[in-house]
Amino acid sequence: MVKVWWLKLMIKIKINGKDLEVKPKTSIIEVADQVGIDIPRFCYHKKLSVAANCRMCLVEVKNFAKPLPACATQVMEGMEIFTKSKFTKDTQKSVMEFLLINHPLDCPICDQGGECDLQDTAVAYGASKTRYTEEKRVVFDKNIGPLISTDLTRCIQCTRCVRFLKEVGGMAELGLVGRGEHAEISAYVDKSVESELSGNIIDLCPVGALTSKPFRYSARSWELVRRNTVSCHDSLGSNIEVHVKDNIIKRVIPKENESINECWISDRDRFSYQGLYHKDRINNPLKKVKNQWKEIDWEEAYELIKNKINTINTKKPNQLGILCSPQTTIEEGFLLKKISKQLNTTHIDHRLLEKSFSKNNNWLGCKIEEIESHDSILVVGSNLKNDQPLLAHRFRRFAMKNNSFSIITSYDDFNSTPCLGKIIVNPSTYLNYLLEILKEVQSVTKYKINSESIKNALKQIKVSKETKKISESLTRDKSKNAIFIGHQVLAQIEGDNIKIIAMHIAKAIGATFGVIPGYANSVGLSELNLSLDEVNTDEVINQKKESFIMINFDPYFDYHSPKKITKALKSAKFNIAISPFVSDSLKEFDIVLPMTPPTETSGTYMNMEKRLQSFAAVTPPHGKSRPGWKILRVLANFLELEDFSYDSSDEIKVEAIEEINKNYSHNIKDFENSKKNKIPQGLELISPIRAIDSDMIVRRASALHQNENIDQAFAYINPKTMLKENLIDDQKIKVSSEEAEITIKIKSDEKVSLNSILIFGKQLATASLGMNHKLKIKRSS
Amino acid sequence: MLTKKTIQKIDKELKKFPDDQKQSAIIAALQIIQTENGFLTNDLIAMAADYLDMPKIAAMEVATFYNMFELKPAGKYKISICTNISCALRDADDIVCHLKKKLKIDFNEVTKDKKFSLKESECMGACGGAPLMTVNNQKMYEYLTPQKVDQILEELDS
Amino acid sequence: MEKGRQNKAFEKKETFPICLRTSHLDDSASLKTYLDIGGYQQIQRILREKISPEKLIEEIKISGLRGRGGAGFPTGIKWSFIQNDSPGTKYIVCNSDEGEPGTFKDREIIKNNPHQIIEGMTIAAYIMGAQVGYNYIHGEIWEEYESFENALAEAKKANFLGKSICGFNFDFELFAFHGYGAYICGEETALIESIEGKKGQPRFKPPFPATYGIYGRPTNVNNTETYASIPWIIQNGGESFANIGVENSGGTKIFSVSGHVENPGNYEIPLGMPFNELLELAGGVWKGRTLKAVIPGGPSTPVLPASEIMKTTLDYDGLKNAGSSVGAGSLIVMDDTTCMVSTLKRLSYFFYEESCGQCTPCREGTGWVYRVIKRIVEGKGKPEDMELLQDVSQKISGRTICALGDAAAVPVLSFIKYFKSEFEYFIKNGKSMVAKTHD
Ligand SMILES: Cc1cc2nc3c(=O)[nH]c(=O)nc-3n(C[C@H](O)[C@H](O)[C@H](O)COP(=O)(O)O)c2cc1C
Ligand code: SF4
Ligand code: FES
Repeated sequence: MVKVWWLKLMIKIKINGKDLEVKPKTSIIEVADQVGIDIPRFCYHKKLSVAANCRMCLVEVKNFAKPLPACATQVMEGMEIFTKSKFTKDTQKSVMEFLLINHPLDCPICDQGGECDLQDTAVAYGASKTRYTEEKRVVFDKNIGPLISTDLTRCIQCTRCVRFLKEVGGMAELGLVGRGEHAEISAYVDKSVESELSGNIIDLCPVGALTSKPFRYSARSWELVRRNTVSCHDSLGSNIEVHVKDNIIKRVIPKENESINECWISDRDRFSYQGLYHKDRINNPLKKVKNQWKEIDWEEAYELIKNKINTINTKKPNQLGILCSPQTTIEEGFLLKKISKQLNTTHIDHRLLEKSFSKNNNWLGCKIEEIESHDSILVVGSNLKNDQPLLAHRFRRFAMKNNSFSIITSYDDFNSTPCLGKIIVNPSTYLNYLLEILKEVQSVTKYKINSESIKNALKQIKVSKETKKISESLTRDKSKNAIFIGHQVLAQIEGDNIKIIAMHIAKAIGATFGVIPGYANSVGLSELNLSLDEVNTDEVINQKKESFIMINFDPYFDYHSPKKITKALKSAKFNIAISPFVSDSLKEFDIVLPMTPPTETSGTYMNMEKRLQSFAAVTPPHGKSRPGWKILRVLANFLELEDFSYDSSDEIKVEAIEEINKNYSHNIKDFENSKKNKIPQGLELISPIRAIDSDMIVRRASALHQNENIDQAFAYINPKTMLKENLIDDQKIKVSSEEAEITIKIKSDEKVSLNSILIFGKQLATASLGMNHKLKIKRSS
Repeated sequence: MLTKKTIQKIDKELKKFPDDQKQSAIIAALQIIQTENGFLTNDLIAMAADYLDMPKIAAMEVATFYNMFELKPAGKYKISICTNISCALRDADDIVCHLKKKLKIDFNEVTKDKKFSLKESECMGACGGAPLMTVNNQKMYEYLTPQKVDQILEELDS
Repeated sequence: MEKGRQNKAFEKKETFPICLRTSHLDDSASLKTYLDIGGYQQIQRILREKISPEKLIEEIKISGLRGRGGAGFPTGIKWSFIQNDSPGTKYIVCNSDEGEPGTFKDREIIKNNPHQIIEGMTIAAYIMGAQVGYNYIHGEIWEEYESFENALAEAKKANFLGKSICGFNFDFELFAFHGYGAYICGEETALIESIEGKKGQPRFKPPFPATYGIYGRPTNVNNTETYASIPWIIQNGGESFANIGVENSGGTKIFSVSGHVENPGNYEIPLGMPFNELLELAGGVWKGRTLKAVIPGGPSTPVLPASEIMKTTLDYDGLKNAGSSVGAGSLIVMDDTTCMVSTLKRLSYFFYEESCGQCTPCREGTGWVYRVIKRIVEGKGKPEDMELLQDVSQKISGRTICALGDAAAVPVLSFIKYFKSEFEYFIKNGKSMVAKTHD
């Protein structure tokens, strides 16, 4: 007897004569899937609600005159199911026939051809000849945006896409409009689908009705080579399958990994591959000659660098600054650290957006899968939907189930997530709210605080109703709770203080504490202790240098102060960029070495839950570009540094992991009741980063930026703030930060906190502002 | 914008449902708006959706599902005539022919002067009075004969 | 509709009008009229004497009352499914969606005797421990919707609805809800979706409304006529009701007679009456023609040829034995000039048009069936079409989410069964066997 679940309270059933013991409340299709019995289906999907509308899964069950839908029928004690009987077969065949009468039978020209569930099922269950001679239904296609192409005549109304967007995406963006045979999938009047997870409906669609617009007709499924790798765009580390034709990536789909990305990926992970083939991509090393880039060969490039670096007086420390992106692999980071030591510099860092640099606890604090096992969760200062779209889904699912999800943040894109407590305020006030919670929690748990500065701070705090509610949910008896700090918080000057207080709260109630890291290898590089000593990115930038090496990022967009970094680069004598792309913002560099993006290199990332994931190149390097680790190794050889004789990234990995295993410990800073803690007057700038702007590759991915107006920048202001400040919608204003002044149009947005201006960071039109705290407004006509 | 009067009427319907179930009033809201405007535009549907805190697409689904909603301009008097079995058995077809001839329009068309439009309808639940029709979804006329139809059209027209 | 015009049975013959007992009275729908005939006495008596729900359910079981919405499920049993003391809101829904072609009885009850529905629903609410009710009224009968709203207002004012009904410790709110043109909303779970402000797509059952109905709460759905029968049963006892009818078919039932009779209208008759008596009450076949066929309970019940129906009594067993069913009592009479092929075409169009489109066999199958029949009527039929029609219909039946799919197959199969030669003739000759077609 096969046992499916080893739990008490099992019920006995029979499938095709075979005895099974199964958990009650499972559906027939779930049981069949567990024991590997194939039941055809179109509408059923294990991650979506059950619709039971396609009727393909109908099976014979003893004592029932009608066949029952396996997806919607729960097993019962003594049930006998026949998935292969004549009755079942006939039923399924007839459903198949119905599905095909209005479906075009032109698989050879359909983009789904060769990987179509309908086609496959028709071969297995269909009749060879059609009896339907009437006219077929034709449905006009809809434009639902630049990512997904529709061919709705092929739609079989399974509503997987509708259910996905509502249940996982969190917003009902598609619907089945009209009724009966005329029902069509549609968005509200040709509106684009906006979910940052929208691409998943392409995979979900069992026919060729929704296909990838960028991929469309560029390859047939059987021409594609499939390779697995890890996405580099957020700190989740989604597993992906990359489809390659002629050494070019044609598309990216999820590779199921239940404990990380389940069976989904974000649109950023899916469509960013287009950025790899942007015209800015370089094939050869470039040398600056009279303000023009000139292609040179690698030999010459290394010689040039060697000569320049050798002029640096390495007796004097810190003449060289090394900054790399948080997408740098463990292997590359390890080599960088080794190089910097030998070149006598500790000025090396990867934390480009941070303004708070304490090194402890900068990871999730629990397994990704454990998030939903908590009883109550508080998230502070996060821009989850943009930063970590799939993690946002887990939080949403938690919130839907538990009604004990609370947030303190400055932009309310949680409107489809039921929140127990929701505090939408300026980042500069997060600290105060956390102090309120700490005070309340302390009074309940009698938790002892030794720090005088915290005690002092708490004295002035009055607990509000909203924080009281959150505290209550965190201190409920026997509950296991969690507090997570968004990456946005670390981009605040007060970030470390906020973290300290949040950790105290967590300690007081025995909760999980975690930081939601920003980028693919933020955690890995931190565990590697890449940034030596207590020097941080800002200090690297602020102290005069002979030379800078910057790896895999764009200083103008990716560092929070374009003005300061430009000044630093200008004052140095020789600057080296190692990057897949070249653009205007590299104009302060003297040489650019073409580095391959992660898809063309092997390496390792450590994701937010400290899971190491290694990957191999999925395509060969573009042009003469080279993987980062190779560039660094050869460079070290040229510089005659010691102990750089690696032949593969694996060899580096072994050493890098040893380094990680040293478990560098960091002092926890004390709370500073500093002047910084003053709430600034006037309007505060909030600059979250949209998913499609987060790194060099996605910024260049064309389809993600193709939507009309998508790259037009706006200043989003709460209508109440607008009223107070005498501003009106569509008005143009001048805003100035310490860095720059720009003219920008206002859009009213109720989701923005009061007394603030939200301008997305890393956009062409706004990057010059930097990600600063204070803003001044000038009205212009 | 929804008029004050419309909103008052919708609010009255909302009283029938729990506070957190505003969407329940969507059919009534669209009916009220349609009665005022003659037909529903996408914008009007969106406004109703916003007013009831529901996704626009869900309101769109409702507006396209129920037959009595008009998504295209209708005549000032929308005549819906039942052609289902009980009416058909009592010669509804003759009435249809008569109406079409008289108004010089086919089903789903509007007269030139925009006064009348004609729709074919499913069973109206009043088959004892067959053949029958409604005007603007609200007034029902039963036991129709060509003469009676003439009379009704005349009354409406004047 | 003139006063009393529709309940011809009452005018002509001593019967036991129950649901339509006010139709002949002046000002039939008013609260005063209902009070005059002893209305709202039963709910007061129940509240005053604190009669237990179990006892009332027992009485209803004895009465033999079966759901008048079509399926004929015993009402007493259905009401025992809802636990009346479970916590939280429970709902009572009256199904007045009445969209099945040939049905117009609920309309008349609403029009002439709304308070009896209200009292029936209030008793039901008391029995099942419900706090809120809705009457879902067919979209096209707008005037009746408005007059029901009036009746509700009257009843509320007189404290027969609302808080502390008649001063007793019992609250019940009742609202009218109008549909807007969708036959499928008569199906109880589609109706529930519709009340929730969605398109009317039936839900997969189980869970049944009794455990998961409006907003996920326990909900009881019954037909208008079912509720309207309740006050009488409580007043006179279940046995009196049962005695009116015959075995297995207690009480009176309204038959909505339409089509080729002299006097179409509603006839509330004791169940068990022979068909020919009802035909007589309705004035016989019109224009002195002969009877060809009858659909006894609405298009979702099989058509019977004259020879069969003339032998049949109108009750659940009688019609079942004849191969059809009481359905909603929508009795459609067809004379010998009727072309069965084009009549079937109209019915098939109805199911095609009204399919909600949710599940594959119904969405695709109803369109297929309609197109084939349409082709036959256009003179382009093929010999294999009849077998195709039967096969497709059988493949819709029993494989869908709701019973509309089953219903759609019924006319196709029964029309072809009894009038095969007419279909063959049409396919062969490209024209109807009878003179007039209804196309
Ligand atoms: C397609 C379809 C349409 C229906 N229409 C109605 C209707 O108009 N009125 C009605 O009372 N029941 C209708 N029903 C039956 C209801 O689903 C439900 O069984 C009934 O309201 C229960 O009430 P009863 O037990 O009093 O008959 C319909 C069922 C189906 C499948
Ligand atoms: S049987 Fe027809 S009406 Fe019923 S759920 Fe399926 S598609 Fe909808
Ligand atoms: S998979 Fe069960 S009905 Fe579609």
